[in-house]
Amino acid sequence: MTLTEIFALSLGAILIENYIFVKFLGICSFLGVSKKMDTAFGMGMAVIFVMTVASAVTYVVNRFILVPLNIGYMQTVAFILVIASLVQFVEMLLMKMMPALYQALGIFLPLITTNCAILGAALLNITNELNFIGSVIYGLSAGIGFTLAIVLFASVRQRLILSDCPKAFEGFPIALVTAALLAMSFMGFQGLKIW
Amino acid sequence: MNKYLKQLKEGILTNNPVLVQLIGMCPTLATSTSLENGLGMGLAATAVLICSNVMVSLLRKIIPQKIRIASYVVIISGFVTAIEMLMKAYLPDLADSLGLFIPLIVVNCIILARAEAFASKNGPVASAVDGLAMGLGFTFALAILASVREILGNGTIYGIPVFGSSFQPASIMIMPSGAFLALGFIIAAFQKILKKGDN
Repeated sequence: MTLTEIFALSLGAILIENYIFVKFLGICSFLGVSKKMDTAFGMGMAVIFVMTVASAVTYVVNRFILVPLNIGYMQTVAFILVIASLVQFVEMLLMKMMPALYQALGIFLPLITTNCAILGAALLNITNELNFIGSVIYGLSAGIGFTLAIVLFASVRQRLILSDCPKAFEGFPIALVTAALLAMSFMGFQGLKIW
Repeated sequence: MNKYLKQLKEGILTNNPVLVQLIGMCPTLATSTSLENGLGMGLAATAVLICSNVMVSLLRKIIPQKIRIASYVVIISGFVTAIEMLMKAYLPDLADSLGLFIPLIVVNCIILARAEAFASKNGPVASAVDGLAMGLGFTFALAILASVREILGNGTIYGIPVFGSSFQPASIMIMPSGAFLALGFIIAAFQKILKKGDN
């Protein structure tokens, strides 16, 4: 891959095809853990980490196990198992090696297994026929895009608590309307398409 | 019989997975661009939900406590793969437009949540009804959201034009931000109506 391709790929995953605002992947954790800035940031970091590793591992699993054995239809089953065990493994590894980081990520790690953004990235890597480096870059950038979205959203949402809004809209509905406005601003990035 | 009717009412209205429990948001937002897509997604998820609930319920005494979540995920992904292959064979157009979101039914929180919260504690018949109720609730929410978005954003409903040719569709409604906006308003309205029902 040339440098330009890598740049285009990551810019695309971070801004133009942002996982939250354009592709609708990982909305559950986006809405669930965006009430406070620091938890949102922690979740974002955990997603970046797991998504990058998961992209690499699922690429290897697909290329060297599923394709040679001609069992491509087992993709979903295989990938979800890989992701679930990977999350478990990362959790144990961090607990032993980097307790500080483990403390910081805390409960977010196990939650990530059911984050559809991770499985989505793994499946999209295969659909888009990316090579190994491409998959890793794509996973990393998609994670950064997720973090960008959740941090932006959390910073707005923190202030939202203090503001007045109609009773029926309190809590979740007003958060969705806020997300709509953010998504609208992300539509502006569509013009950036460079390939 | 009454018990099952109560379950159905809970799943569709008072404990609707999307509009009240606020789970399963990704497919709701992403596949509600038209009523056809919304219904297709809703029914596919319902089928998976019923099958996985029955299977989890039948195996609930065999699956060891510690690895139950992993076992549920394997059961669910097996059914999802089956549904995906069936849809690709018999409904290729729908499968194309739902795309990535068919395999992603695996990580739809509604399905895992029902397996864990209901099917692992109840018999197969009650679990099947629960799967049907929650699935229909999901489909109902998707159908409302998809109708609103399709009517406003495209001027059609299920592909049939509802307004005269002078109607200017607000294409923002079928874009991603329209999904957030419409869902926000629908949930607000639903909460208002449910609260009134209580008094």
